[in-house]
Amino acid sequence: MDLIAPTDRGLFCEAGDFHIDPWRPVPRAVVTHAHADHARAGSDVYVCHALTAPILRKRLGAVAIETAAYGEVLTRDGVEVSLHPAGHVLGSAQVRVARNGDVWVASGDYKLEADGVVVAFEPLRCRVFITESTFGLPIYRWRPQAEIMAAIDGWWRENAAAGRASVLYAYALGKAQRVLAGVDPSIGPIVCHGAIEPINALYREAGVALPPTRLAHEVADRRAFASALIVAPPSAAAGAWLGRFGDHSDALASGWMQVRGNRRRRGLDRGFALSDHADWPGLLAAVEATGAERVLATHGSVGPLTRYLREKGLDARVLSTSYGEEDEAPPSEGAA
Amino acid sequence: MKAFADLYRRLDRATATRAKQAAMVGAFAAAKADPAQWASAAWMVYFLSGGKPRQTVPTRLLRRLAVEGSGLPEWLVDECYASVGDLAETLALLLPEGAGDDHASLDHWMRERLLPLPKLDEEERYARLSLWVAALPESRRLVFFKLITGALRVGVSRLQVVKALTEVAGVDESRMAQRMIGYAQARRMPTADDFAALVADVEASEGAALDAGRAYPFYLAQSWQRPLGEMQQALGPPQDWIVEWKFDGIRAQLIRRGANWRLWSRGEELISDAYPDLEPLARALPAGVALDGELVVMIPPAGETRPDSLDGLAPFASLQQRLGRKAISEKTLRALPVALIAYDLLELGGQDLRGEPQRERRAKLESLVRETLDRGGRLPLRLSPVVSAETWEGLAEIREQARALGREGLMLKAREGAYGVGRRKGDDRTDVWWKWKLDPMSVDAVLIYAQRGHGRRSGVYSDYTFAVWSAGADAPQRALVPFAKAYSGLSDAEMREMDAIIRRTTVEAFGPVRSVTPTQVFELGFEGIAASKRHKSGIAVRFPRMLRWRRDKPVAEADTLDALRALLPPGGEE
Ligand SMILES: [Zn+2]
Ligand SMILES: [Zn+2]
Repeated sequence: MDLIAPTDRGLFCEAGDFHIDPWRPVPRAVVTHAHADHARAGSDVYVCHALTAPILRKRLGAVAIETAAYGEVLTRDGVEVSLHPAGHVLGSAQVRVARNGDVWVASGDYKLEADGVVVAFEPLRCRVFITESTFGLPIYRWRPQAEIMAAIDGWWRENAAAGRASVLYAYALGKAQRVLAGVDPSIGPIVCHGAIEPINALYREAGVALPPTRLAHEVADRRAFASALIVAPPSAAAGAWLGRFGDHSDALASGWMQVRGNRRRRGLDRGFALSDHADWPGLLAAVEATGAERVLATHGSVGPLTRYLREKGLDARVLSTSYGEEDEAPPSEGAA
Repeated sequence: MKAFADLYRRLDRATATRAKQAAMVGAFAAAKADPAQWASAAWMVYFLSGGKPRQTVPTRLLRRLAVEGSGLPEWLVDECYASVGDLAETLALLLPEGAGDDHASLDHWMRERLLPLPKLDEEERYARLSLWVAALPESRRLVFFKLITGALRVGVSRLQVVKALTEVAGVDESRMAQRMIGYAQARRMPTADDFAALVADVEASEGAALDAGRAYPFYLAQSWQRPLGEMQQALGPPQDWIVEWKFDGIRAQLIRRGANWRLWSRGEELISDAYPDLEPLARALPAGVALDGELVVMIPPAGETRPDSLDGLAPFASLQQRLGRKAISEKTLRALPVALIAYDLLELGGQDLRGEPQRERRAKLESLVRETLDRGGRLPLRLSPVVSAETWEGLAEIREQARALGREGLMLKAREGAYGVGRRKGDDRTDVWWKWKLDPMSVDAVLIYAQRGHGRRSGVYSDYTFAVWSAGADAPQRALVPFAKAYSGLSDAEMREMDAIIRRTTVEAFGPVRSVTPTQVFELGFEGIAASKRHKSGIAVRFPRMLRWRRDKPVAEADTLDALRALLPPGGEE
């Protein structure tokens, strides 16, 4: 019998009586990370990495949480469960489940490039690998992080010189902090949206060095906005919040920005293809490193990835989940 | 090619007109200062102002390059293409990074490399292509593939290019617009001298700018879309306006200067060669004349000499048979002779009349047409007749006859207005040409194919094919017959919704096109309709556009082919 199988509530390990990233309430939810499509409200007990717990509380309120460190093994009914770095966002983890020598790994979301902010992805050997494939097409090949940060700096510097604010949309948990840690703070002041600033605080508490940031209303002299980098979640693009910054250039940091049409459709000045998900070469490398004989793909372009792996001789299949969007269309809220 | 790639990237990034303008001015000014760059700059202006790069490599060779260059299976390359929606961009994203040591100029690329390609055999073309790609730096790849796929769209208007060049040359805008006439014609090979002439100051280039055949920039009309009740208030009395029919033909300028004559279409293509039947007319005109009017097919009855008689005016479908033909047989010339219905006189005796009021130009036009026709010879020239009524309501009644007459509506031109440049924005009522069109005809049609859009809409299913039923609902067997393609007229939110429906109902996908199970009905409007043997439906519609999403309407209740045929104008059968 399969150690982990999909049910209408999510991935279920019957032998250990727990779900992984369930999309409906369950008694015991092992959660890979705190993004909304992976950590949903209503479950009785949440199990996650210690650094995910504060973010989970912020999002879900006072819920029951059991935490574990990376590599720490929790045993239930003869099933070993441990969390391992996924390199996606703060506290993100792959879930390793083992019983009688049969090892399964559910990756959650992950990226391979070490971003210098969160603990880097750790390849795990397993028999069955449940992988995300948000960017499961070969058109997605990320440029090195340093190159993208230099491009963001260049854009910010040019705007600052022209006296206009630089509004950068980035997913509030993870992407925003990665950008903050990577840009050159000597260019100008940094202002963060109210949805991002509390998460910055959690990152700082976890020991991540971020440059000084302020909320918009804390800036007394509005002229300061003209040279500022303003980091906001993509949803702020539609709101009145932007009005105060006057003349500005806007940009989105997201893997979807790899394709021009995605940027142009949003009417953005710039798009930076910076992602916390694995690109195509990353997905293939991760699969290969596991040595898995079976691969189950969730999220995004599952069809092409599994077909490609099957043609390479692996037993690869699509696993239907409710993570992200089950369509190749970019989700409207940036990458989760 | 670096300068062009840089400019392309800057234009692609900029969403504000101001930023695009600044990017172009910067590039043109840099080129002007360095004669070594003129030849490449000439190509740059050519592409920016709408000149089409010829597709020098067939699509199958590009697909082969994508497959072999990326080492991916063909089906996966197809998936990528379907997701990106643009072959050039797909290639740029899939092929491995080049060495980046190629420094050839855009002129060299065009003249020495790309344009000679079609003469080579396929293997040789493929070999060269592979070598070039391997030497191209990442930053130049997209523009390179855009050039060879012939799908280079830059997202600036001609007017913006004219403005940027105006700034760099330091001449006035109308002169620059005139210098640009014909610049972006198909199959033209712009040279360093062309660029030099564009950015030269007035004294040096006067002769060149007014050379023998150049046309004036067409003054474009705007649509009048406000209700009848507001016309008196906004436009004043009808007596302040010259009102004419809006003909369904091709807008054209006939130029007669020195010993030459030229015919220019509104797209600023030189089309004289396709209309040799106008030659006798052009020869009969005095030198130094520029006429603006509508090119139509007209077979006047014998003995007809009245300047404003429209007897024998054929529907647009007849003119369509003359379009795009290179060689015209004697038979076609006899069966489908063209005529010019003139409505403006831009030059007389070599003098530019565009600054004079419309009524004065009209008066001069009327005498010119009379004098010319009086010389005999049944010349293919007519005067666009003026219609009049005491009130706007009276004119509205006249407008109602347009459909029966095969015309699009009425044109309103202020008596005191000058002949402007391009399309004027705003409600400056004395200086605007208004087209007061009939409301479009419409049917309820079913969406059966969807295609991913390009550019701004790449990746989204935004181009739709619509069908109507071959017979009524009680017919034992009936099918959906495609008859029109239209870009999405939906809001962004509706388009996303439609996109999801298309993905859900896909029957088959081929490249960027999907056939879908018919589930959605749209009200489709169009401005003209004609019988056509080339279309499966037997019908061709002009300017189809989506008016409304009929969520309330089941597919079975969509319109039939008969409903479409009922809209055909009399005598429109081929
Ligand atoms: Zn996710
Ligand atoms: Zn995530």
